Amino acid sequence: MRVTATVNGRVHSAEGVRPTESLLDLLREHLHLPGAKNACEQGECGSCTVYLDGETVCACLVAAGQAEGREVVTVEGIGGGRSSSLQEAFLTCGAVQCGFCTPGLLVSAHALLARCPQPDDRQIREALSGNLCRCTGYEKIIEAVRMVAEGGSR
Amino acid sequence: MTFHSPTRWADALAVRAEHPQAVPIAGGTDAMVELNSGRRRPDRLLDLSRIAEVSGWDTDGGTVRAGAGITHTAIVAQLAESAPALAQAASTVGSPQIRNRATLGGNIATASPAGDTLPTLLACGAAVELHSVGGARTVALADFVTGPKRTQLAPDELIAAVLFPAATGPQHFSKVGVRAAMIIAVCSFAVALFPDRRSVGTGIGAAAPTPRAAVEAQDFAAEVLPWDSLGHLDPAVAGYFGDLVAKAADPIDDVRGTAQYRRHALAVIARRALIWAWDDLRGAVPCG
Repeated sequence: MRVTATVNGRVHSAEGVRPTESLLDLLREHLHLPGAKNACEQGECGSCTVYLDGETVCACLVAAGQAEGREVVTVEGIGGGRSSSLQEAFLTCGAVQCGFCTPGLLVSAHALLARCPQPDDRQIREALSGNLCRCTGYEKIIEAVRMVAEGGSR
Repeated sequence: MTFHSPTRWADALAVRAEHPQAVPIAGGTDAMVELNSGRRRPDRLLDLSRIAEVSGWDTDGGTVRAGAGITHTAIVAQLAESAPALAQAASTVGSPQIRNRATLGGNIATASPAGDTLPTLLACGAAVELHSVGGARTVALADFVTGPKRTQLAPDELIAAVLFPAATGPQHFSKVGVRAAMIIAVCSFAVALFPDRRSVGTGIGAAAPTPRAAVEAQDFAAEVLPWDSLGHLDPAVAGYFGDLVAKAADPIDDVRGTAQYRRHALAVIARRALIWAWDDLRGAVPCG
């Protein structure tokens, strides 16, 4: 089937999408946007986190057809084409090691700061609770989010 | 392979009637896991995510009617007053990403013994409203779930809504797991006090083939709670209540815990939940 959605501000169409494919398949395999990562395929790890109509979702749990006509923003889109201050903070704080979880964490942290610009640590941990990182132990990730919150810009 | 994506409820029911083998998908947090893993290979999907008619809620004051498509995020934000235990349970489900998608109707349709919203709905005496092209029927939730992941849902029916009395007193939900987020309950418990009719509702999760009420425990509490004086809750009453809840369970040993641990933990969380609810009630009344 054909799926048309706005992704990172541009209308994209993909042909030949199988109805059981996910939004993650649509992004990675059909639209060649590999930012959102494919790991657990069951919503446990958060590495495929993207915005769907302004809310964060696990792209692996959205059927591709459910994104028809909707607005999707991926990690490639959150900085508006440049790296955002959030991405810079992740680098500065050493919040990136293997990097596989990073795109999902960036989107979750971006959503948190959009709705709550000055989160406390409890709010940061809650907002990132659906994103697993097996390298950094989370402290450096939380530090990066805290740095952006204190700096007052994303 | 066909993807049906109706925008009207009547059209969804028509697809359901014509293609009962089509897999309904709303938030996708259960259905997509099965598709991604290849455990399920349906030839049709019935997408329910575009049907505004079943995604909201309303109330006539006494009864709340929550549409099956309401998300856990919306429950937390909008139903905390009329369904405190349900909102507490919804807030413990998965992660923000999961709660943004997962629906109340989906949690009920999946009918997992560990489904987090189910004990809270049982504690309120909730009923599910089932629709088909042939009409509608309302079934008590306690009867609707017939076994682990089994329900009374007929092949041509869809869950339209959940009906329950709005809270008239405190409610609490408690869940045991290895972390606060992203866990399947080892066991869970909900209690609801209805001081207007001096009744107590309960729900046990993940400790029996289906979520179930602890009938003996709730009848005991309704009988002995000092509704008139709103006096202190006797610790022995709370303890016995916990024991009766544990007795009502029928747990198994599995990867998340042993039957013995589940019974023990249930007695503890049920005792605490009753104490919290009673203290809330006393605190809410002047001179309590």
